[in-house]
Amino acid sequence: MSQRIPMTELTSSFRGRATEALADSQLRTNFRVAMDSLMQKRADAFPDEQERERLRELGNHIKARALSQLPDALEQLEDKLTENGVHVHWAETTEEANRIVHSIIESKQGSQVVKGKSMVSEEMEMNDYLADRGIECLESDMGEYIVQLDGEKPSHIIMPAIHKNRRQVSQLFHNKLGVEETDDVNELIQIGRRTLRKKFLEADVGVSGVNFAIAETGTLLLVENEGNGRMSTTVPPVHVAVTGIEKVVANLRDVVPLLSLLTRSALGQPITTYVNMISGPRKPDELDGPEEVYLVLLDNGRSGAFADAQMRQTLNCIRCGACMNHCPVYTRVGGHTYGEVYPGPIGKIITPHMVGLDHVPDHPSASSLCGACGEVCPVKIPIPELLQRLRQENVKSPDEPPVVKGSGTKHSRKERALWRIWAALNSRPGLYKGLLWAATRFGKLTPGKLGPWTENHTAPIPARRSLHDLAKAHLNAEQNQGGQS
Amino acid sequence: MSERFYDAAPNATRVAPARPAPREYPAKPAEVTLFGTCVVDLFFPEAGLDAIRLLEREGIRVHFPQEQSCCGQPAWTSGYVNEARDVARSQLDVLDNGLPVVVPSGSCAGMFRQHYREVFAEEPETLKRVEDLAGRTFELIEFFLHVCKVEWKDLGQSTQIALHTSCSARREMNTHLHARELLAKLDNVERLEHNHESECCGFGGTFSVRMPEVSGAMVLDKTRALRDSGAVEMVTADGGCLLNINGSLDKQKQTFRGRHLASFLWERISGEGGS
Repeated sequence: MSQRIPMTELTSSFRGRATEALADSQLRTNFRVAMDSLMQKRADAFPDEQERERLRELGNHIKARALSQLPDALEQLEDKLTENGVHVHWAETTEEANRIVHSIIESKQGSQVVKGKSMVSEEMEMNDYLADRGIECLESDMGEYIVQLDGEKPSHIIMPAIHKNRRQVSQLFHNKLGVEETDDVNELIQIGRRTLRKKFLEADVGVSGVNFAIAETGTLLLVENEGNGRMSTTVPPVHVAVTGIEKVVANLRDVVPLLSLLTRSALGQPITTYVNMISGPRKPDELDGPEEVYLVLLDNGRSGAFADAQMRQTLNCIRCGACMNHCPVYTRVGGHTYGEVYPGPIGKIITPHMVGLDHVPDHPSASSLCGACGEVCPVKIPIPELLQRLRQENVKSPDEPPVVKGSGTKHSRKERALWRIWAALNSRPGLYKGLLWAATRFGKLTPGKLGPWTENHTAPIPARRSLHDLAKAHLNAEQNQGGQS
Repeated sequence: MSERFYDAAPNATRVAPARPAPREYPAKPAEVTLFGTCVVDLFFPEAGLDAIRLLEREGIRVHFPQEQSCCGQPAWTSGYVNEARDVARSQLDVLDNGLPVVVPSGSCAGMFRQHYREVFAEEPETLKRVEDLAGRTFELIEFFLHVCKVEWKDLGQSTQIALHTSCSARREMNTHLHARELLAKLDNVERLEHNHESECCGFGGTFSVRMPEVSGAMVLDKTRALRDSGAVEMVTADGGCLLNINGSLDKQKQTFRGRHLASFLWERISGEGGS
C-alpha cells in the first residue's frame, strides 16, 4: 500500500495550493461538473421549499438541544453502550485515540484492518499510525479506496475521490492493479469490489465511523450506499467505531429528521441503501456480527468550540457536504487546497478548533462570504457569521485572551493602523469629505497597478464629482425651484 | 468519569442573530434619506443621483445628509470590530432622523439590517437604535416595488439585459427577486438568464485582494456567463459587484459592461438617454 502524501510536500499555503488547483483545468472541470450535478440532486430532493425549511428548522433545534445537554447525553450513551456490552473509550487527542485503537488491535494480535469511510479516522490519520506499527488498514469505501490506492487524501467528505473522473480511475487501476483500462463505471466498481471482498474475510478488525450515536438506546447508526460499512462492522470478529463527541443525539426519534436531511442534502437520496444500527456485539443466539465492539469518543478540539455559544453551532454539523457542493470557492479549487481533513466551508470553521488558527491562518479569509453555505446547511449553521467571527479571532492582539487555539496569528500592527486610519476617515465627516475632495480631483492620477486588485481588474478611477457633490447641487437646485414656484 | 474534558467548558453568551423574516411594508412616505454608500459615492455617483431622481419622481422629498460616509462593512468583514463599530456609530448618528433609509446597494442595506446587531451585540442601549434603523432601512429596488408600488411606463427602445443579483440581496436581505419583478413591469425590456446566476461574482470586499487568484477565477466565470447570455448589457443593484464585474471586463478589454439598475431605470422611465 502506498503511503499518503505528507502535507509538508504540498505547497504550504492555501493561496499557493489554490493557484496550483486553478491551473489544473481537468481538476476544475471535474469539480464544476460534479458540483453542478450535486446541486441539482439536492434541489430535486427538496421539491417543497416550505417542507425543507421546516425540516431544517427542526434539524437545527434537535442538534442545538443535543449540544445543550452534551455532557449528560455522553454519559448516558456510555452507560447504555456499556450495558449493551460495548467497550467505551474517551480520547482527548487524535494521538490518544490512535493509541486506543492500536492497543485494541494489538490485544487481538491483529495485523489486518478493513475500514468503512470515517472522517474521524482521517482526522486521526489512523492508516499511517497503524501502518507505522505494521498493521495494514484498507479503505473499503470505493472512493476512499481509490484515493488510498493513489496515495492521496480525500477531497470531499462524502465523495472522497470526486476530483477524479472515470478515465483517471481507470488509469489508476491499470497502473496499480494491472487490470485492463475500461470506461465502464460498473466494470471499475467490480474491479474494486473483487479486491475488497477478500480483504473483508481476512480482516481481524473492522473500523467504522458513526453518523449518529443514540444516547437513550446506546445505538451507533451508520449510513452508507455500498454495503462496505455493513461488511466491515459485521464480518471481522472485532468492530471498533470512532466518532466525534458531537454526534450524540437524545433518542431514535431525533434521528429521523436528521437522517432525512443528511441523505437528501448530501446526494439527493431519500434514504441510503444501508442504514446500520449497532447496539452491541453478537449475542449467543445470533448468527453474525462481531464478537466484540468498541467505541472511541474523540474530542480533538471540539470542546473548545463547545465552550463558546456562537462557535458551538459548528458542532451542529451532520457531515452532509452540502456546503462544499454549493461553495463557489470549493468548486474552483477543490478539497485538497484546504490542506486539512475537512474541506470547504465547514472545514474553514471546524479545522481551526482542531489544529489551531495558526495552522490554517488563511481559512477564515478564503471566502467571499456569499452565504451559499449557510443557505443550504441542513442544520442551519450560520457559516458566514462564524467565518466572520474567526476573522476577528485571527487579527486579535496576542494580549487579548484567545477563544480559538492559535488566535492572533494574522495580527499585524501595520494592518490595524491602516484600519484605524480608515475608521477615522469614515467616522469624521470632515475627513471623509476631504478624502472625496482629493479623490475626485486627483482620481486621474490613480496608479495603473493597485496591488492584487489589478491582477484581475483595471484600477478603478474615482468619478470627477462625488455623489456628495452631485446630491448637494441637485437638492439645492430642487429647493430653489420649489421656493420660486 | 467526572473530570471529562468538556466539563471545563465555561458558559458563553453569544447567540446567533435572527435570520431575515418576510417584512411588512409601510405606506409610501413623504420624505426619505438616501444612504449613497461609499462605492457609489466615489465610483458610480450618477447612479446615486438617478436614485434620487427616481425617488423624487414618486413625489418623495429626498434628504442626503452630507455627514454620511461608509456603513462600516469593510472593517467588519475583515475582523476589525472596533474600527467597524466607530464607523457604524457615526452612521447611526447621521441616520437618526427617523426617516426611511433607502440604500442603492444590497450589501450596505444588509449591513444596517443584519450586521449592526452583531457589531453592537454588547451594547444594549445602542441595540435599540440599531433595531430602529434596521426597521426603516430599504434596498432601493425593494422600496420602489413594495413601498412605492410603482407602475412605470417604459419609454425606452426594446433591449435585452442580464440581471446580476448580489449575494447579500439574495441571502441577507431576501430582496433578490425584487429587481426581476420590477424589470418584468417594463414592456420593452427582456431579461435574459445566465448560467450559475445565483453564484457569487467573487468580490467579497477584501476577499478580492486577499485571495486574488480564486476571486479572479470567479469573476472571469461570472463575466463569461453574463456575456454568453446574449444580453446587450448587465444591470445590478449593487455597487460592489458592479465595481468588480466592470473592472474585470475592462481588464479583459471587453466592450460589454454593467450598469447600476438605478441609472438603467431612470433612462427607461424618464425617456432621457441616461444621465
